[in-house]
Amino acid sequence: MTAEILGFWVAAVVLVASSLAVVLTPNLFHAVLWLAAALVATGVVFLLLESPFLFAVQLLLYAGGVVTIVVFAIMLTERLVGDSIRQTSRFVFNGAVLAAAVFVGIASFMMHTPTLARTATAGDQVRDLGRALVGPYAVPLQLLGVLLVVALLGALYFARTED
Amino acid sequence: MPLSAYLALAALVFAIGLFGVLTRRNAVGILLGIELMLNAVNINLVAFSRFHGNLAGLIFTLFTIAITVAEIAVGLAIVIVIFRVRRTIEADHLDLLRG
Repeated sequence: MTAEILGFWVAAVVLVASSLAVVLTPNLFHAVLWLAAALVATGVVFLLLESPFLFAVQLLLYAGGVVTIVVFAIMLTERLVGDSIRQTSRFVFNGAVLAAAVFVGIASFMMHTPTLARTATAGDQVRDLGRALVGPYAVPLQLLGVLLVVALLGALYFARTED
Repeated sequence: MPLSAYLALAALVFAIGLFGVLTRRNAVGILLGIELMLNAVNINLVAFSRFHGNLAGLIFTLFTIAITVAEIAVGLAIVIVIFRVRRTIEADHLDLLRG
């Protein structure tokens, strides 16, 4: 139990610090690398919640896939624009106030959540997930496949060259 | 750790992502903020799933992760097209549809 508490605090500090770096660092490329760190820290939180399969999915799809795509996009636009993209922020004060207000709102709502005991993990989680994905969730899974194909074809169509 | 600790962490990351969406000028920076917000929601889903003993939260997280990948692919394709046409990805300069 102590290991979980220690792991949670380490993961939480890394996650919050790298999230802050994502929104505050002026260099866009560094922001993407910090986003990768934040996504890996989220994966560790999944691991602490005894969901190792989601940890693997998080690393493969998010930290692997999304970060690679964003890095490619930045390199493409940087090559086109000729110099490294610096990004500035605007409305920092208003944004901070609004974000803090949203956080306070969610936190005050959370005060009313009942304290639940964590349920014990029963059986093989990956097997249960697989069974559920081809059983009650089979139709949403197929729709998800269709959505992915359509989205990627659309992305290809957008990004194609004119000739 | 109690459920509220995970929920508080997720709310904090969500607020940080919202701050990024509101303050970034660069379109890619805004997309990164959206990624952070979706990520925070995933923490909530997994935490509720584990504390309620319900597998649906994990399935939902799988779906959100896949849909996020589709969303970021289309979003970045749009960013690249906008850059080709307008030579800028500053969100403030993209006011063609302003009345």
